[in-house]
Amino acid sequence: MNFKFSEEQNMLKDSVARYVQDDYDFETRRKNAASADGFSREQWQTFAELGWLSIPFSEAQGGFEGGATDVMAVMEELGKGLVVEPFVATVLLFGGLLSKSGNAALQEAYIPSIIDGSLQGAFAYLERQSRFELADVKTSARREGGNFILNGEKTVVFNGAVADKIVVSVRTSGGQSDETGISLLLVDAKAAGLSSTSYRLMDGQLVANLTFDNVTVAADQLLGDLDEGFTLMKSVIADVTIAICAEGLGIMQKLNAITIEYTKTRKQFGVAISSFQVLQHRMVDMFMAAEQTKSLLYRAVCSAEDQSDELEKNVIALKVMVGRVGKLIGGEAIQLHGGMGMTDELDVGHYAKRLMMINTSFGDADYQQQKFTALVAGAA
Amino acid sequence: MDLSFSAEELAFRDEVRAFLNDAWTEELASLMGSTETFKEGQIEWQHRLNKQGWLAPDWPIEHGGTGWTSTQNFIYETERSAVGAPGTLPFGLKMVAPVIYGFGTEEQKQRFLPKILNSEHWWCQGYSEPGAGSDLAALQTKAELDGDDYIVNGAKVWTTLAQYADWIFCLVRTDSSGKRQDGITFLLIDMNTPGISVNPIDSIDNHHTLNEVVFDNVRVPVANRIGEQDKGWTYAKSLLAHERTSIAGVSESKRKLRKLRELLATEVNGGVPLSQDTMIQSRIADVEIELMALEYTELRVLASTAAGEGPGVESSLLKIKGTEIQQALQQLYMDLAGYYSGVIQGDMSAESIGHDFGSEARRAYMYGRAATIYGGSNEVQKNITAKYVLGL
Ligand SMILES: Cc1cc2nc3c(=O)[nH]c(=O)nc-3n(C[C@H](O)[C@H](O)[C@H](O)COP(=O)(O)OP(=O)(O)OC[C@H]3O[C@@H](n4cnc5c(N)ncnc54)[C@H](O)[C@@H]3O)c2cc1C
Repeated sequence: MNFKFSEEQNMLKDSVARYVQDDYDFETRRKNAASADGFSREQWQTFAELGWLSIPFSEAQGGFEGGATDVMAVMEELGKGLVVEPFVATVLLFGGLLSKSGNAALQEAYIPSIIDGSLQGAFAYLERQSRFELADVKTSARREGGNFILNGEKTVVFNGAVADKIVVSVRTSGGQSDETGISLLLVDAKAAGLSSTSYRLMDGQLVANLTFDNVTVAADQLLGDLDEGFTLMKSVIADVTIAICAEGLGIMQKLNAITIEYTKTRKQFGVAISSFQVLQHRMVDMFMAAEQTKSLLYRAVCSAEDQSDELEKNVIALKVMVGRVGKLIGGEAIQLHGGMGMTDELDVGHYAKRLMMINTSFGDADYQQQKFTALVAGAA
Repeated sequence: MDLSFSAEELAFRDEVRAFLNDAWTEELASLMGSTETFKEGQIEWQHRLNKQGWLAPDWPIEHGGTGWTSTQNFIYETERSAVGAPGTLPFGLKMVAPVIYGFGTEEQKQRFLPKILNSEHWWCQGYSEPGAGSDLAALQTKAELDGDDYIVNGAKVWTTLAQYADWIFCLVRTDSSGKRQDGITFLLIDMNTPGISVNPIDSIDNHHTLNEVVFDNVRVPVANRIGEQDKGWTYAKSLLAHERTSIAGVSESKRKLRKLRELLATEVNGGVPLSQDTMIQSRIADVEIELMALEYTELRVLASTAAGEGPGVESSLLKIKGTEIQQALQQLYMDLAGYYSGVIQGDMSAESIGHDFGSEARRAYMYGRAATIYGGSNEVQKNITAKYVLGL
């Protein structure tokens, strides 16, 4: 039994932590989020130079060959800095789909440019009606000679306004909610017939709705097998779920630290408000909730590292807890800051918002809890 | 034990319905819904209520009150929120007015009350300061007597809607020698007086309602003082109890609950409407049960007030439970919106974004965090209840 990071992992974690500390203060973050791209290209290049963009890719693909533990180490620190750069969208989602796709030609064509920071990617998997059901796919791709012709719409695409290349889940056969019959196609953002409407989410992300009007995509742009895209996306989303939960944990720890510090300095009734026992207990609850989250995170990461049978159950449990604890800690941090917690100027509200968006990403706590129940019942 | 309405009360209810049907229009709702025209819309709504004579139901009749019974009040509030019509601006009508007619001079009553009724004066509340929040008596904004004027220096913070205000009512320090509560004076200050500046504070709902109001050698005539110098705390305290009862928002929460139930039918997950999702159904039921109880708790408080017994410390209970319910409803509203609960819609259409209430749910949720902070935070309310109700 060993819950310690390797020396290499410690170095990686420290390098991200130091970067956040020295080069990514809250004002920088605010500026990056408000910029036209929704992040800083300059800082993205630095991420590339520091080697972070190569972490999940195999050595053969030019990567660091990092596993779930490495990704967790990085994400936890990115969370503490509330980093808006699209590491999740480009490296973990888009890159993850490519690297697990088995399509060597596409991997060779694009993974090096993810790693060197020159390519932005996105994964378009949501639709207006789908809510959290990943298999609810109406966007269609029909075969015409050596091409697919795409029609439909994808919504709330993370990094979708900026991505150069987008993986799109499309229906190639079956009914609207069938898991079989979904395929994943790589589409160029400049393809004729593809239009996009972008808007912002409260956590600073720039997202887009993408409309496909007879967009032509060559058949060799297929990731994974025809009609079997769901298995691939499910596996990548499980990895990414662990990653955003690690980000969530980083945020929780940061919010707890900020709140403890604030209550020690804020005076009312002639004393620091941290001296009120009722607030102490609340902060103890926040602390315990973050520790429990960390335990489930480690549990999920361990099962991802050795691909155990428990992986799915562990990831779902983790996502439930991150959703619930995220609401608790975000809400309490604001409450304990009083009026200050309501200001846009303070970072606290922004951390809370990111926690809420992590909750909805890939299915919120209620949705996951029902999946958990079904999974356990199915196994019994 | 009886809660049925009499024939007169039923007739009153019909009268309220008829009025709301005419006065609360789509056009007015859209005026109030946009930031640019919010003030204009709010004033127009108050004009309509005033014309009907219903703008200030709880004021004494001689100043323009309706003399409604608590049941009539309850009927009005229920009907109003059922159609989604907003309340009135509390700062003038519900906060400063009771202090003016309760403790002001005849001259002050003549001068201010009619202008609150015709909405000529928009008021804001200047109590909190950077160093004085929960501990309001720590306030330091200073007023020094100079001939017929006070000279005011200091800063107020979190002043809601001060950017629109014509007048501000303030607690200021006139004596720091004795007990902190004893050196506080209640002043009415014209926002156009030289030396006042209003600085916006953006809040986490991405809107501007909060402000810092800075006083730099601001001259305020002694004639604008309520009651005696150094006795302001007493006047302010009577006002705080008022603030706490109106904060429960029962009828508003009932409307939100209905709206949530409607949305369950239209929001789908994987082709299945959320009305078939037992988990969200049971969460809504939890809130509804609390709300059913709170509705009667409020009626009990109203009944004892009518019998001349309150509102006393039990108003803390209404505030705590009322705001907990509001926040639970806001949370459900967010959860129904799913991914779209994060959307900042701005000027874009719901159609182009693909969702029609996510942005509103986000705003309501984020601003709603404040309800457990302002009006005496819920922690402070529990301290009050422990001390004065339970005798601990
Ligand atoms: C949206 C909004 C609108 C407002 N509008 C106005 C307005 O128009 N005019 C105005 O004058 N003020 C207004 N306020 C200010 C409001 O009244 C104060 O925010 C409130 O009194 C709390 O003070 P504070 O913000 O300084 O928090 P603090 O008093 O610093 O409290 C911080 C935390 O400590 C807790 N705490 C404090 N004391 C105790 C205790 N003894 N025991 C246990 N816990 C304690 C609080 O509950 C809170 O969680 C507004 C505030 C908000 C958020």
